[in-house]
Amino acid sequence: MVRVNASGLHYRELNAIVRELLDNGEKEIELHDVCGQRYIGAGLSVKDAVIRIYGTPGNDLGAFMNGGKIEVFANSQDGIGNTANDGIIVVHGDSGDIIGHSMRGGRIYVRGNAGYRVGIHMKSYGDSVPVLVIGGFVRDFLGEYMAGGLLIVLGLEKDEEGNVVGNFVGTGMHGGTLYIRGEVEDYQLGKEVKAEEASPEDLVKIRPYIDEFCSFFGAEPDEILSERFLKLEPYTHRPYGKLYAY
Amino acid sequence: MAKRRSTADFVLERDDYKCIRCLACVRVCSYGANFYDERENMVFTENRKCVGCHFCEAICPTEAIVVQHNPLAIRWNAHWTSEVVTDIMKQAETGGVLLTSMGNDKPYFTYFDRMVLNASQVTNPSIDPLREPMEIRTFIGKKPLSLELEESEGSVALKTQIAPQLKLEVPIMFSAMSYGSISLNASKSLAKAAQTVGTYFNTGEGGLHKDLKEFGENMIVQCASGRFGVNVDYLNAGAAVEIKIGQGAKPGIGGHLPGEKVTEPISETRMIPVGTDAISPAPHHDIYSIEDLRQLIYAIKEATRYKKPVGVKIAAVHNVAPIASGIVRAGADFVVIDGIRGGTGATPKVTRDNVGIPIELAIAVVDKRLRDEGIRHLASIIVAGGIRKSSDVIKAIALGADAVYIGTAALVALGCHLCQKCYMGKCNWGIATQDPKLVRRLNPEIGARRAANLLRAWALEIKEILGGMGINAIESLRGNRDVLRGVGLQEHELEILGIKPAGEAW
Repeated sequence: MVRVNASGLHYRELNAIVRELLDNGEKEIELHDVCGQRYIGAGLSVKDAVIRIYGTPGNDLGAFMNGGKIEVFANSQDGIGNTANDGIIVVHGDSGDIIGHSMRGGRIYVRGNAGYRVGIHMKSYGDSVPVLVIGGFVRDFLGEYMAGGLLIVLGLEKDEEGNVVGNFVGTGMHGGTLYIRGEVEDYQLGKEVKAEEASPEDLVKIRPYIDEFCSFFGAEPDEILSERFLKLEPYTHRPYGKLYAY
Repeated sequence: MAKRRSTADFVLERDDYKCIRCLACVRVCSYGANFYDERENMVFTENRKCVGCHFCEAICPTEAIVVQHNPLAIRWNAHWTSEVVTDIMKQAETGGVLLTSMGNDKPYFTYFDRMVLNASQVTNPSIDPLREPMEIRTFIGKKPLSLELEESEGSVALKTQIAPQLKLEVPIMFSAMSYGSISLNASKSLAKAAQTVGTYFNTGEGGLHKDLKEFGENMIVQCASGRFGVNVDYLNAGAAVEIKIGQGAKPGIGGHLPGEKVTEPISETRMIPVGTDAISPAPHHDIYSIEDLRQLIYAIKEATRYKKPVGVKIAAVHNVAPIASGIVRAGADFVVIDGIRGGTGATPKVTRDNVGIPIELAIAVVDKRLRDEGIRHLASIIVAGGIRKSSDVIKAIALGADAVYIGTAALVALGCHLCQKCYMGKCNWGIATQDPKLVRRLNPEIGARRAANLLRAWALEIKEILGGMGINAIESLRGNRDVLRGVGLQEHELEILGIKPAGEAW
């Protein structure tokens, strides 16, 4: 295990150090005093590498990530896991906007709340099914353009108005599944999604991810799963099939 | 109301005296326009099905076929043209958005045709490019303002670290065309031609087919709003990365590949399930500002370890100069500007024909803006959108471009006859189709030779013109608007182009 003090380092210096350590075969890296440095773990591809971050990392943490694990023991900022292909990101705090944007694989767990445009255009392909789990509430545009994968909002915390999600949930969604624990009003949903109560089979399907969430953050899976989950799926995989004159 | 019979755009005339009933034209037409009547022993054509691609005409062994415009398609009217009437009828029937392909075909002004070049006479001798060295090699990427040299023990070495560059033996590259919009054989043709000539082709936003990986050193990979096929290996597979914000044929709108076109091989490179719609959102949802763009540029630089130039492609729109300035300040190594004539595999006609500005004006204003702001050296300018011939390349560079991208011209070299039906996926020439029977018609070896020939021919012509102007390096042409003069342009247009009217001396 190597410990790096990030204090006063520009992101380019810090990321160069991290990359060099990984290139030299280091599998466990601890970054201390991180304060807003961007792109940590961008393009990380070492499957068994672990980067632990103490302090708040900057935007695009784990962008284009393709394996390994990043654990943040604080809040994180915008764009974590942007266009990720594989790997795990765990945030022991809140996260910002556009997390999991366009991710195609891997898993992201956020203990607290997240911002706007969460999980936009997530997609799955073959065996890769991206999973994004938010412990608290999220703001508007959750799962917009969603084309695949699994997005789970646990609503363990609620926003100022008592909501667990914002408006325009799943607008333009044409694939994947969104699970929301708690109440969602019809007006909060995009017109492309249909909502129904999650069945016991659905809950079995998401159970492994709830278990993993709890293993990181110490909650009780049965307690979480005892409440009602709403399941959102697109009406069609071809929302724009009849737009054109041929 | 009587059911409408669409009027034929083309009339196919078959000389019965020459026709030997070989039925080649019947077999090849993917639109099913030609048919054989056994009882009559005659070959006929259903003219309404003909798209005017001239393939049957090209392969007819006895030259019995002539395809021409139907002169009486609809009664002539300067305002209510046959195109307008046909479009209204189509929309009245379907209630849908009109689709089209290739570049804008409307008679907008082509400024290239209103600019003339200079030549040396007496006072500054011209150069003969056949006998004297003529430098047209071009480097794309950030340039330092000054060079620091290090002298030790009598030898001199460069101290300044130069940012990663693309090295072009000719200032012409093949623009972004995805595998999916064009066939694999078309992609291979361009890739191989780029390798032979020493320039680059661009994967477009459809991911990377495994057969194209070997051309990585001559490849630019694109990262667009849908992020299809984009992962860290893809970003590192080419010589440069291009973030696509927009393109000339459809500024401001996203892309939409219908599910029926997402076949097994296409699904593999785009990394999406077979049969699902591939939707590229209109904006990148992680880019709502220049600051956000900077973030993606540097995320890509980090993921590619600062070893590759990262560029940004935009459509030429009214505000192109300040936007380009923002892109350069965001850290892009090159800016690609695609004009209103830029081509595409599929686009709403209303967008293609009405949105954007001519590339000539965009080059002039962007180059000027970057010079005025003292940041022109920070990024190269690559221009695209209707570059048809070597003189267009020369004029574009004289207006301030570093290099050009050609798409339509490259496809024409492969056989394209501009029928504008790419979106149908039935291209008889084997270019804009995924049908294995049709794709086979394009031999990638021959295609590569033809595309390389085109670049070689243009390079020779560029050298010829440069020599005639007494210039022996393309560097001396770049942004050298003194070699251009306008003919028949208005004063304000001349001002925007930064050129003098013909007849005015230095």
